[in-house]
Amino acid sequence: MRLTMTVNGAEQVLDDVWEGESLLYVLRERAGLPGSKNACEQGECGSCTVYLDGAPVCACLVAAGQAAGRDVRTVEGLADGDELDVVQQAFLSAGAVQCGFCTPGLIVAAHDLLERDPAPDDATVREALSGNLCRCTGYEKILDAVRLAAARRAEVRS
Amino acid sequence: MDFLQPRELAEALAIRAQRPDAVAIRGGTDVMVELNFDRGRPGALLDLGGLDELDGWDADGDTIRIGAGLPYRRIVDELAAQLPALAMASRTVGSPQIRNRGTVGGNLGSASPAGDAHPPLLVSGAEIEVASVRGTRRIPATEFYQGVKRSALAADELIVAVHVPVAAGPQQFAKVGTRNAMVIAVCSLAFALDPTTERVRVALGSAAPTPRRCTEAEEFLSGELADRRWWTVGMPVPDAVVRRFGELVAAAAAPIDDVRGTADYRRRALSVLARRTAAWCLHEYRQGGRTCA
Ligand SMILES: Cc1cc2nc3c(=O)[nH]c(=O)nc-3n(C[C@H](O)[C@H](O)[C@H](O)COP(=O)(O)OP(=O)(O)OC[C@H]3O[C@@H](n4cnc5c(N)ncnc54)[C@H](O)[C@@H]3O)c2cc1C
Ligand code: FES
Ligand code: FES
Repeated sequence: MRLTMTVNGAEQVLDDVWEGESLLYVLRERAGLPGSKNACEQGECGSCTVYLDGAPVCACLVAAGQAAGRDVRTVEGLADGDELDVVQQAFLSAGAVQCGFCTPGLIVAAHDLLERDPAPDDATVREALSGNLCRCTGYEKILDAVRLAAARRAEVRS
Repeated sequence: MDFLQPRELAEALAIRAQRPDAVAIRGGTDVMVELNFDRGRPGALLDLGGLDELDGWDADGDTIRIGAGLPYRRIVDELAAQLPALAMASRTVGSPQIRNRGTVGGNLGSASPAGDAHPPLLVSGAEIEVASVRGTRRIPATEFYQGVKRSALAADELIVAVHVPVAAGPQQFAKVGTRNAMVIAVCSLAFALDPTTERVRVALGSAAPTPRRCTEAEEFLSGELADRRWWTVGMPVPDAVVRRFGELVAAAAAPIDDVRGTADYRRRALSVLARRTAAWCLHEYRQGGRTCA
């Protein structure tokens, strides 16, 4: 089938999409956007997290056709040209990236959290990131990165 | 495989009648796992995502009508005051990503004994509104669950909404698992006090072939409260009564041993959850009759 959707602000028309494949597969294998990662394909790890109509979801659990006519924003759509988003930059500064497999999903989830709650307490951060697994960092540096991103955002705004 | 995307409920019902080989999909959090792991290849996907009739919720007197396609996220954010047990259960489902997509309609469609929406629907006296080309009917939650992943939904029907009475008194939901997020219940329990009928309701999940009410336990505690004129005078309820209530809840279970826990553990945990949730609700009611959690 043909699938038309908006991805990172631009309309994409993709042909020969199989009806049973996931939005994650479409993004990675057909739209040339390998940022979102495929680890579990069952909603458990969050490494495929993307915005769908503004809400973070597991792209592996969205049927391709369900994205038709909708607005998708992936980790590739967060940076402004060469300038990284504040959350991306904070992950680098805090050393929150080891193998990097979980990073795109965590960045989208953290990005969404700070859009909704610019100054979250630690419990709120943990809850917001509870759908994202990391098998390298032990999470401490990820929490540091989110705190740092929140602080830098507050600075920019004041 | 076909991808069928009706724009209106009537169209969806017509397709549902004509295409028994189609699998309905809304949030996809159950269906896509099956597809990704190639556990079945349906003839078609019937996407309910475009049906406005399944969106949103509204209040109809003392009952809230929740569209079958309303994601858990919105139940947590918008209905915690009116439907405490269902909102608490919704808050425990999966992760933020899962709660942004998963729906009560899908939980009912899967009818897993472990589905977290079920015990709250049972203690709230909810009714499930289903429709087909033959018409619309309402199924009381108590009659909906018929076996492991089997329900009273007919092959040509879709779930349209659930009608949940606004809580008249304190409610609780509790669930046992290895962590807070991403947990399929080892066992779960919902408890409700209803001051209007002076009755207790309690239901368990993930500890029998279906979610179920524990009627003997309900009778026992309701009777004890009445004998003590607890509702009006508030004579304290002895620990022994609450303990006996817990035992009766455990006795209502018919659990199995599986990867998540043993039958013995489930029975024991249920008696603890029953005691705790009962104590919390009794306390809350006495603390000045607050009606919501
Ligand atoms: C990582 C992960 C964690 C999870 N954690 C939990 C948890 O903690 N607790 C829990 O209870 N569940 C959990 N689930 C299971 C799932 O999220 C829930 O069962 C959810 O309620 C399903 O809703 P959905 O809209 O995504 O359903 P879908 O996957 O779209 O559909 C599920 C079933 O219902 C049918 N269906 C859907 N809508 C309708 C309708 N309107 N009428 C008729 N049939 C319909 C479908 O055909 C299918 O059989 C989890 C799933 C994942 C992937
Ligand atoms: S790949 Fe989607 S949640 Fe793991
Ligand atoms: S950095 Fe390797 S999984 Fe998180």
